[in-house]
Amino acid sequence: MRHFLDSVARCRWALPALIAVGFAFVVACEYFPLLNDYSKIVLITVGINIILCSSLNLVNGYMGEFSVGHAGFMALGAYASALMTIKWLPASVFELPLGVLFGGTIAAAIGFLLALLSFKTRGDYLAIITLAFLMIVKSAIENINYVGGPRGMTPPVLTNLPWTFFWVVVTLWVIRNLIYSKFGRAITAIREDEIAANAMGVRIREAKILAFVTSSFFGGVAGALYAQVNFFIDPKSFDIVKSTEILVMVYLGGIASLGGSIIGAVIFTVLLQVLQPLGTWRMVILPLILVLLMLFRPRGIMGMRELTWFLPAGELFKRPKP
Amino acid sequence: MTFYLAQQTINALQLGSIYALIALGYSMVYGVLVMINFAHGDLFMLGAFACLLLAVLLPVHLPFVVILLLVMIVIGLLGAFIERVAYRPLRDAPRVSAIITALGCGLVIENTTLSLSPYPQFMPELFDSRTLSFGSLTVTTLQILIIGVALGLMLGLDFLIRRTSFGMAMRAISFDARTVPLMGIPVNRMISLTFFVGAGLGGAAGMLYGLAYPQISATMGVLIGWKAFIAAVIGGIGSIRGAVLGGFILGGVEVMAVAYLPSTYRDLISYSLLLAILVFKPYGLLGQPPNQKL
Amino acid sequence: MSLGQMKKLIFCASVLALAGLTGCGGGGSPSVKVGLNIELTGEMPAVGASAKNAAEMFVSQINSGGGLDMEGTKLPIELVIGDNGAKADQARTVAQRLISQDNVVAMVGPDASSCAIPASIVAETFKCPMISPWSTNSKTTLDEEGKPKKYVFRACFIDPFEARVLAKFVLNNIKAKTAAVLFDVASEAPNGQANLFKEVFEQNGGQVVAFETYTTGDRDFSAQLTKIKALNPEVIFLPAYYNDAAGIARQARQQGITAQLVGSDAWSSPEIITLGGQDVESSYFCNHYSTEIATPVAKKFVADYTAKYGKAPDDVAALTYDAMGLITEAIRTAGKADRQAVRDALAEIPKYEGVTGTLQFQPGSGDPVKSAVILQIKDGKFVWIANGQP
Repeated sequence: MRHFLDSVARCRWALPALIAVGFAFVVACEYFPLLNDYSKIVLITVGINIILCSSLNLVNGYMGEFSVGHAGFMALGAYASALMTIKWLPASVFELPLGVLFGGTIAAAIGFLLALLSFKTRGDYLAIITLAFLMIVKSAIENINYVGGPRGMTPPVLTNLPWTFFWVVVTLWVIRNLIYSKFGRAITAIREDEIAANAMGVRIREAKILAFVTSSFFGGVAGALYAQVNFFIDPKSFDIVKSTEILVMVYLGGIASLGGSIIGAVIFTVLLQVLQPLGTWRMVILPLILVLLMLFRPRGIMGMRELTWFLPAGELFKRPKP
Repeated sequence: MTFYLAQQTINALQLGSIYALIALGYSMVYGVLVMINFAHGDLFMLGAFACLLLAVLLPVHLPFVVILLLVMIVIGLLGAFIERVAYRPLRDAPRVSAIITALGCGLVIENTTLSLSPYPQFMPELFDSRTLSFGSLTVTTLQILIIGVALGLMLGLDFLIRRTSFGMAMRAISFDARTVPLMGIPVNRMISLTFFVGAGLGGAAGMLYGLAYPQISATMGVLIGWKAFIAAVIGGIGSIRGAVLGGFILGGVEVMAVAYLPSTYRDLISYSLLLAILVFKPYGLLGQPPNQKL
Repeated sequence: MSLGQMKKLIFCASVLALAGLTGCGGGGSPSVKVGLNIELTGEMPAVGASAKNAAEMFVSQINSGGGLDMEGTKLPIELVIGDNGAKADQARTVAQRLISQDNVVAMVGPDASSCAIPASIVAETFKCPMISPWSTNSKTTLDEEGKPKKYVFRACFIDPFEARVLAKFVLNNIKAKTAAVLFDVASEAPNGQANLFKEVFEQNGGQVVAFETYTTGDRDFSAQLTKIKALNPEVIFLPAYYNDAAGIARQARQQGITAQLVGSDAWSSPEIITLGGQDVESSYFCNHYSTEIATPVAKKFVADYTAKYGKAPDDVAALTYDAMGLITEAIRTAGKADRQAVRDALAEIPKYEGVTGTLQFQPGSGDPVKSAVILQIKDGKFVWIANGQP
């Protein structure tokens, strides 16, 4: 079985074929009643969580920082996209992609600022800066009446399964290519030993900017998709609890691993829905699983390792056969 | 006008002393283990609930001081227990894992309490609080007690750190953790004691908070925990005096922002100000940049 | 390592299977399913608990008589309960689950406006009739352009009406000319009520001397109260949920503020007396009904509820009971568990004698014509003072 999976993974057409099949399936769901609307919402939520998880993993896992402000980028993306679709754009088939792109861009711009701040501080102090940033974003939105303030906004529902699938694929593709490029190696070098990397001539500042901007861009994309599926956004949806949820997903699935991000997002979302009958006890069980996982597998389920499917050809043939 | 300022200052002192007590717990743990104990905010919440249980369930009416000591001991033991079970096995793992474990523990505590007590509970008064008036300035004896107890605990901690051998051991561990066992100091025991004291302070803060604002709920530790963490970092995480300073700064900023500006901007202003402080003093006001080993 | 990968694959497969499971609904004996989307956990658990109690009592009363009469057969009602945790996105997900997976005929709730609005959009989009018992925000039954939604109704009065009633009461009955307002800026209903109150109060000659805010989860209001105290208003308007109101009242009295406290219908839970004690004594607030001027229907409801649950019902319970009554009446009239038919029957119900008064929906609108009462907290009880005059 292992050999079969490995050889399938090594076949260059395996992953694109899988994506094509998936895409066909989700498009079919739009036209045939294969899944009920509730399942569709769950799957869309899984997709959004995958995007959130992998984008945060870039900064927290691959670069080794501890950012707790990811919900802030989500908020920026959500509100930017909502503004686009409610007030500025007429209804058209381009509404969603434009909204999402705008959301991502705004989030990325702020992410750039955060990257600049990160040059001076590291570690736990950066965590505080990201936390303060999150609180500022939330409070700022509450005070701006044009975006509804604390009453929230009601964006039109545009997200559907095919679009979510599309954006998930784009996110994973971009991040994966980033990781296995020279910038990705610079990012991992920062995690391992920033001073040594600097001494070796690695361009620290550029790598940091790239990591933060990419991470926040996709955080904004996820936020935009979230806004366009939820009928209603308010500042309360993007608070520290949301950031904590994203963190739990990342560390559950495994740091520095795209496969881990997918696993973490899927497990978290699905468990949360399936355990609904337990009420608040499910939020006791989930963190308990996380704690136990940390004790036995401190890097998460797939920490620092990657699904063979994601590795580019160069990596694949370099790996020693187990 | 001076009465207004004086009144707001008293408000700020009360809020600030509670933030300071909680921030102390964060700084102490960070000082010895270089780890952010995110379960601290929820230990704070448990302190309030422990006080409620002791005050309500026991048939005997205990004096205030006894309940305070009991709460501190119980929560302190709980803190040390969590360290033993969840953090010690992760001493050699990447730092982030320990932090996430702390986050997880905090969530478990919070949601267990939420499941057992979904409604906010009312904290009964432990003693008669009288209101003293100086002109239009009103101070309740409860406020005075809270500020007094908080300051007393902080001074006690300072004494502990600077004048006892335990304090010296703690400072040694934060200075160089690897050499300390070579000096014959039982590191694990010291760390457990540190958690005991830090959690005890957090529990005390919870009890005082519950008395000041007699509605306690399972989620009250979340926001306060994060705010106190920010306060600890502003002052310089790892520094005891920094934590106290940070706590009072945060309390002061929050109250004064409301006092002199439209109250909707409170959070925006306080966090922007804190961010600004960090931009100019990236390691906090009293903090030391960590020695980077080359 | 490869064994590890195998394990992961099995893990993923089982997780995806679980995902598939969430898509499957359960089967069961035939019944009429009514969904209940309420705040069992979160900021206002007392509201959710009241709603649940009232709904369950109603359902057991109907089912003990054999069930709902529909075109000859009698079917029991099945209550499907979802907890929205007083959060908007959860409310939306619960609404979606009730409508698309549990296939309820109609949905009752949510009660908090911040939850009712997203749930109402789901209901409107998927054409499922919904009644919110307690949400007073106008946006619940109106869409973005201000036109009434077709599938969304409510059992209570709306914020503009309530604000007028309260402002007039303060001006005419309490005869106060100056007021301060303190509210939770992050919460939908208090925010709306505060702004509307200010508008009506000032339009009618009053003066709002302070308009202060706090945010959800705050417990320390001393800074805002000191500010208010310095401006010396006669009345402080606190459109807050019961837990915040109790905390604010207590700190206000501690600071020596003697102004009259006036609240909105969000005060209506008896928990406010437990949490506020002496400090909320003699405060006024607006409510949907009063046990004292109750009709026979209401008196029976109060008696049944008190007998079953050991405490008097609050207005959330009464309104939920009425909402359930309206839905079942509509189903009975329609004769079948079909959403469109139920919706049409609901819109055309001639006067329905409910616990909280007579309910009838104005043509083309989901809002009923309701009256309000002003209550006062006296000796630890709610006492009727006056009927609201808009």
